[in-house]
Amino acid sequence: MKGWMGRFRALFLLSGLALILTGCGNPYLSALQPKGEGADMILDLMILSIIIMLFVFLVVMAIYVFVVVKFRQKKGEEDYIPKQVEGNRILETIWTVIPIILLLILAVPTVQYTFALSDTTPESTEGEEAENTDDALWIDVTGKQFWWNFDYRDTSVQTSQDLYIPTDKRVYIKLSSGDVIHSFWVPSISGKMDVNPGKNENEMFIKAEEEGVYWGHCAEFCGPSHSLMDFRIVAVSPGEFDQWMSDMQNVDPEAEPEDSSAREGKQLFSDNSCMGCHAVGSSPAMMGPNVTNFGDRSKVAGVLDYNKENIVDWIMDPEKHKPGNSMTGNYTIPSEEDAEKIADYLMSLSPSEIGPDDAQDDDYVQPQKKEESEQEGNENNDEGNSNENNQEENNDDNTNEDEEN
Amino acid sequence: MSTATVEKPGFGATLWEYLTTVDHKKIAILYLLGGGFFFLLGGLEAMLIRLQLMLPDNNLIGAQFYNEIMTMHGTTMIFLAAMPLIFAFMNAVVPLQIGARDVAFPFLNSLGFWLFLFGGILLNLSWFLGGAPDGGWTAYAPFSIWSSTHGFDFYAIGLQISGFGTLMGGINFIVTIVNMRAPGMTYMRMPLFTWTALIASVLILFAFPALTVGLFFMTFDRLFGANFFVPEMGGNEIIWEHIFWIFGHPEVYILVLPAFGVFSEVISTFSKKRLFGYSAMVFATVLIAFFGFMVWAHHMFTVGMGPIANSIFAIATMAIAVPTGIKIFNWLFTMWGGSIRFSTPMLWAAGFIPTFTIGGMTGVMVAVAAADLQYHDTYFVVAHFHYVIVGGVVFGLIAGTHYWWPLIFGKVLNEKLGKWTFWFFFIGFHLTFFIQHFLGLMGMPRRYWKFLPGQDLEVGNFISTVGALLMAVGTIILLYNIIKTSVNGERSSQDPWDGRTLEWSLPNPTPHYNFKQLPLVRGLDPLWIEKTQGNGKLIPAEPLNDIHMPNNSFLPFMISLGLFITGIGVIFRPDSNVAYIAIIAGLVIAFGSMFIRSVKDDLGYHIHKEDLEEEGAGVE
Amino acid sequence: MSTHEDVLSSENLPHEPERATLEGKNKFMGFWFFLGGETVLFASLFGTYLALKNSFGDAEGTPSQELFGLPLVFIMTVILLTSSLTSVYGIYHMKNQAFKKMMVWFTITVLLGASFLGLEVYEFNHYVHEFHHTFTAHAFGSAFYALVGFHGAHVAFGLLWFLTLMFRNAKRGLNLYNAPKFYLVSLYWHFIDVVWVFIFTVVYLMGKVG
Repeated sequence: MKGWMGRFRALFLLSGLALILTGCGNPYLSALQPKGEGADMILDLMILSIIIMLFVFLVVMAIYVFVVVKFRQKKGEEDYIPKQVEGNRILETIWTVIPIILLLILAVPTVQYTFALSDTTPESTEGEEAENTDDALWIDVTGKQFWWNFDYRDTSVQTSQDLYIPTDKRVYIKLSSGDVIHSFWVPSISGKMDVNPGKNENEMFIKAEEEGVYWGHCAEFCGPSHSLMDFRIVAVSPGEFDQWMSDMQNVDPEAEPEDSSAREGKQLFSDNSCMGCHAVGSSPAMMGPNVTNFGDRSKVAGVLDYNKENIVDWIMDPEKHKPGNSMTGNYTIPSEEDAEKIADYLMSLSPSEIGPDDAQDDDYVQPQKKEESEQEGNENNDEGNSNENNQEENNDDNTNEDEEN
Repeated sequence: MSTATVEKPGFGATLWEYLTTVDHKKIAILYLLGGGFFFLLGGLEAMLIRLQLMLPDNNLIGAQFYNEIMTMHGTTMIFLAAMPLIFAFMNAVVPLQIGARDVAFPFLNSLGFWLFLFGGILLNLSWFLGGAPDGGWTAYAPFSIWSSTHGFDFYAIGLQISGFGTLMGGINFIVTIVNMRAPGMTYMRMPLFTWTALIASVLILFAFPALTVGLFFMTFDRLFGANFFVPEMGGNEIIWEHIFWIFGHPEVYILVLPAFGVFSEVISTFSKKRLFGYSAMVFATVLIAFFGFMVWAHHMFTVGMGPIANSIFAIATMAIAVPTGIKIFNWLFTMWGGSIRFSTPMLWAAGFIPTFTIGGMTGVMVAVAAADLQYHDTYFVVAHFHYVIVGGVVFGLIAGTHYWWPLIFGKVLNEKLGKWTFWFFFIGFHLTFFIQHFLGLMGMPRRYWKFLPGQDLEVGNFISTVGALLMAVGTIILLYNIIKTSVNGERSSQDPWDGRTLEWSLPNPTPHYNFKQLPLVRGLDPLWIEKTQGNGKLIPAEPLNDIHMPNNSFLPFMISLGLFITGIGVIFRPDSNVAYIAIIAGLVIAFGSMFIRSVKDDLGYHIHKEDLEEEGAGVE
Repeated sequence: MSTHEDVLSSENLPHEPERATLEGKNKFMGFWFFLGGETVLFASLFGTYLALKNSFGDAEGTPSQELFGLPLVFIMTVILLTSSLTSVYGIYHMKNQAFKKMMVWFTITVLLGASFLGLEVYEFNHYVHEFHHTFTAHAFGSAFYALVGFHGAHVAFGLLWFLTLMFRNAKRGLNLYNAPKFYLVSLYWHFIDVVWVFIFTVVYLMGKVG
């Protein structure tokens, strides 16, 4: 399916316009610099539509400029009465038929891609043989005012704010809301999908093609801090992801931190019943963000730079940073000193060696599969091309019927 | 009876005249004042939005206040500025263009205006009574149901009241245009503005009841414990989205079609040519309206309707581009071969064509359902609909203001200032909104109170704000122009633009009975026909006779006031039982006035033949 | 052109007095368009009802199959359909300028309409007390009362309209000024009737079946 559209894009890249378009924005945020399968496909479509539309625009503007320049009333011609033309059947037919043709050209890939992007049945990915019998990765995403929860299905692994995914395959997500409508959007990975409360749950797939820490936004208005309901997708290589997953599964919520301040912080954390909302380890309640791997967060509360000062600041006055959040007023504000201890504790929560940094280095770790897959020589692959090929094949292999529930 | 006297009535008398008037020309002025006021208010809100977004992580205004401003900007501009201004021109022009002495239902016409005004005032009272609505003009449930202030109560009741007014206006104009055309004014001889007014009225008739139902649901959910949109109680929040857009999408065409009509008149007049492809233009208008009802779900591609529904709505939406394209080319070829005068109205029309073409292009782009997953709810969409609504509707309204000002107020607006307005506004507009396409694609969702640094969004937002300031300057110049012209402008001739349609055949000022004798229409552009083939005067279609006129009435004001008071009572009913007094008092006023209207015969009066003859006989 | 006196005179009415004047024609046409808008209004209510039918969420509720009792609703249907027929007789006599007969038939229409309304109140009362099927209980309740209640409100308004017109014109007889008004209220009454037929089918019959 990608064939002719891809060629179109190559053609387009040659023109100067590509520079304007793809030079735009932040490489981990912009939809114009796709790093994921969905965003990639959509950019193809965008470019096709832009080319068609630019053609129309140029035709209109050419006629327009000609008319405006040529047919201005000249001095001394104030009494000139132009011929009163009623119309012209041939011309009118032309500008009815040509747009219809142009739109048909656009309509075909629109329908194709609309179906392709909404396909969330893992078995239908066109894999030849189901060589890779791994289960497809499903994540239940919950949006709440103004944070995100990520529950890795069938694994008892939960995180908030940072969503870890492997780069080698499609990850399937189910979206539901705990309160009002939100929308899950990571522009450089894929298009957005609304996060509805009640029965209207949505599904979509995301697939990162490069490692990286990508910005995610809430794209449906949800309240005072709608603009601050950011999250990150941490896309790591498959091996790193496997390691992270097993680290997270083996997390011990009761583990005592080494640092004494952090130990006191842990005590304060439970004494002040912070745990009533913020789980360490898996919890079904999801009252507030899960803090299991808080020590590896890329941001504090999704928006502040990650450092102790900001964590303390947040604990002392969350309203200042995210107006309308549910934490404000629902806990006893600790002393600054205690807040620092709690911050120490939170920063010590780092059950896995894998963190956002691993998404930003060039390390590509192969998955440790039970069965050896054919790509043996890829361990420290830094040649993007062959790497991508492998990923695509891996993706194709990712078919399994057991994964239905 | 016919008081075309020179002496000036006192202020009190003038005020009373306007409070009770049922004359479509005066109601037009009321709409113009009301809509103009709300336009300035909405503009002020827009400026605050842009100032807040000028710099990253800006704390100029707080999150809650920003959300209220953002919501009220959209709501005000659509419901309280664009709609009434469209009605202003429909009132001022349509009866004159079809050769009618009045609209079909003068009383309802007046009632429509007062309902709009009281609804708008009610909505804006929310600023002073606990906070304005804060969830976007689309008011998506369940946010709007759970929003803690009274904001959305004001939204639901205020729009309900002004919505009734709009519905009445719509029915009124359909019947006026169908029943009251002058002899010889067949459908295919109607000026395009009248055609678009007719089609927009039909759209109002079929779109607004959906909004009425939606707003009732919202009111019931918020104030009476119903559960239409409450997921826990079996409600479904997506129903609101469907109902809102079943109304909301036709609403776009309700606004833009009359603007197309204005441009058709302006381009034809200032090119000194009849409209190219008139029947295609009419056909395209009807087609756009027809499609307009089948595409509402393209606002909901990310809601999760599934690929089949998304594809169908995507293709239906693309189809609208065809009739719209036909219109653009017909305008271009109207100008082709003409003798174009770039007076201010024409300047706006000339600015409209490229601007709207860009809006149409991005319209097709967002119709591509798969790609819309990226565009949706970002600044790309913000840019797109401002290109359509400002580039189409606002440009059209300003063009209409300059074009018909002599018809409404008897004076031509200052041309020099008009051109300054245009250039400031036009350049400012493109500066503000073109860059927003890119901001959206670069990852900036709409309705963001602030954007954080480090996302490479700084430059674009700053440019956008600078552009907005230029637009503000343009608007201020327009305002200055209006005041200056009103104070010391000279009375213009009856036909300052060398017009082609019937409204320019009337004396200046237009007598309140419009046509002494109904004119005989001999073809499209009837005045132009008489100018080129006759003596420049319309041939009367009837002998001079008594003219039947409707009586003024204060009841529309009272009915609207009653509903306004009831509305406030309903909003505050959960807070205090005192509110019941307001509810009952308001209902007594409203229904009492309606009762008086029902039982009191209102037969109107006649202007006698003899009085008319004194003013000199014959059609002007 | 007619003058005041002509309009209010009961003499020499044309065969279709409701459309004899421009005002009458405008009213006639405007009202038809108004009914077009009303159709959209009820369509929205029907759509919402179908989406929320038997939707209770976390709340307890009685499904439509157990809730509705057809015999009562059937009687209501017959009453309302009959009232539509009687209003037709009223208009028939209006066109024949038989004012008294018209008033008799309209009186019967009003009585039938009022008894329909009475039965509806009884029905709602029954649901509320026997099944706790209230407006606020769950989404099904909200949607049901919104749709059927809106119709009921239309019936009530139609009755008031009939009564106002009949009292106001009881002594004046028929003329070109009030003939369009009588015609419109009967048109409105037919519309209400048609909507009820849909409610009977979509809400009650389909509610009973599935």
